[in-house]
Amino acid sequence: MARHVIAPVDELPPGTRKFLEIDGRPIAVFNIKGEYFGLMNRCPHQGAALCEGPLIGLAQSSDPGEIEYTKLGEIIRCPWHGWEFDIRTGQSYCDPRRFRVKAYPAHVEPGTSVVKGPYVAETVTVKVESDYVVVDL
Amino acid sequence: MNIQFRESQEAASPLISKTAIADCDIHPARATRTELYPYLAKRWQHHLDVYGVHAYQGMMEGPPYPKAQPNASRRDAWPPEGGPQGSSLSFMQKQLLDPNNVQLGVLNPLNTGQGIRNHELSAALCSAINDWQIDKWTSKDKRLKASIVVGNEDGLSAAAEIRERAGDKNFVQVLLLSRNVEPLGQRRYWPIYQAAEEAGLPVGVHAFGFGGNPITPSGWPSYYIEEMVGHSQCQQSALASLVLEGVFERFPKLKMVMIEAGFGWAPSLAWRLDKVWQRLRSEVPHVKRPPSEYIREQVWWTTQPMEDPERREDLFDVINWIGWDRLLFATDYPHWDYDEPSRVLPAGVTEANREAFYLGNAKKLYGIN
Repeated sequence: MARHVIAPVDELPPGTRKFLEIDGRPIAVFNIKGEYFGLMNRCPHQGAALCEGPLIGLAQSSDPGEIEYTKLGEIIRCPWHGWEFDIRTGQSYCDPRRFRVKAYPAHVEPGTSVVKGPYVAETVTVKVESDYVVVDL
Repeated sequence: MNIQFRESQEAASPLISKTAIADCDIHPARATRTELYPYLAKRWQHHLDVYGVHAYQGMMEGPPYPKAQPNASRRDAWPPEGGPQGSSLSFMQKQLLDPNNVQLGVLNPLNTGQGIRNHELSAALCSAINDWQIDKWTSKDKRLKASIVVGNEDGLSAAAEIRERAGDKNFVQVLLLSRNVEPLGQRRYWPIYQAAEEAGLPVGVHAFGFGGNPITPSGWPSYYIEEMVGHSQCQQSALASLVLEGVFERFPKLKMVMIEAGFGWAPSLAWRLDKVWQRLRSEVPHVKRPPSEYIREQVWWTTQPMEDPERREDLFDVINWIGWDRLLFATDYPHWDYDEPSRVLPAGVTEANREAFYLGNAKKLYGIN
């Protein structure tokens, strides 16, 4: 497993997402209220750029007429066919047995840790004073 | 290198090595409300500014059900230069035609002059849409071919529009919608079939339209999802009407294309029609052969929304009944229920059938070399 620096934390504020390609794989990283999540940016159904869809909540119903709306801002809705996935886990709510989006753990590391040691950035000048969003892939 | 920090590549390289395909249901849109004005007489421009259009649907400005996504479209299909999805040729080329190696794209404009109460305005708008299709689309990209949009509720003016466009290589079919004032086999529509048959053009029946009737045979449903399912019920009643009113018998060279309503229901409809026809044929003596024979000989089906049963063998059973020579691949671009060409057909299809499914049947039906 390799670690990939995504962005300094102040370039990925809450409510934003960043698209990038890592080792040929399209990835999207989200900041949801200060928590970071990484997802494969490809819908397992027909291959749309999944993470270009809107972030919505989860509408569920125990009985007709009883509607519960939870996980606000934590469900990604595919821009093509509207399939819904939990960005925390990549789980599908349409067909969880067959379809799942690959989820990648994302977290924040201090700049000193990504500059020192094995995690050397080759393409950008890394500012040591910042914290960085890092994805494990 | 184990650290990467780069922007994703927006434009994939054009995959010209992909197998060529036809896309038999593409929806071009107008970029602005007044984009048709250059093709309309001043009298109608004025009319639209003052009165707008009145559909058969009562008290409705827009469609009676919300469409799941803005303009019922893919969220990644907004053209970068602005305007609604499907309104930019250059973006359509970049997003649909080039990467999928679309060799033939059949345009089916919606929200035209079809199904509106003022028949003169209906005819003027349909004619304008047809001129616009040539100017904006087919003359600028030879892969694209247009459907002749006609004022469907006035058979005579519709037939006149077909005759005027007959022989024009920009057009490959006549376009009707599935929801009309009456079932499509009724006599008011016969002039359309006669003119289409004379012109050698297939008649496409696209799902949707506003005939003023409830969207399902059992009344107005509560949800858009019921409208979506209702398209297949609507096409079934349209097809039954075409058979039982004797349209196929009267116009034996007429070719009909059922667009965007699935095809999995076709065998069971034909079986049921055959069975009741055996018992009730004296009511419709003009229907001289079992209904399934007309259907198999004179009807084609676009694939989107592609049937997706759990067992691929079920899909193959249906297609084997319909015939591998009868399906026309379609994406429905830019609409949200778009079918991705590389993902819709399961493995296990012979090379000849794949080629027919994706391209050969369409080229043959629409007369494209």
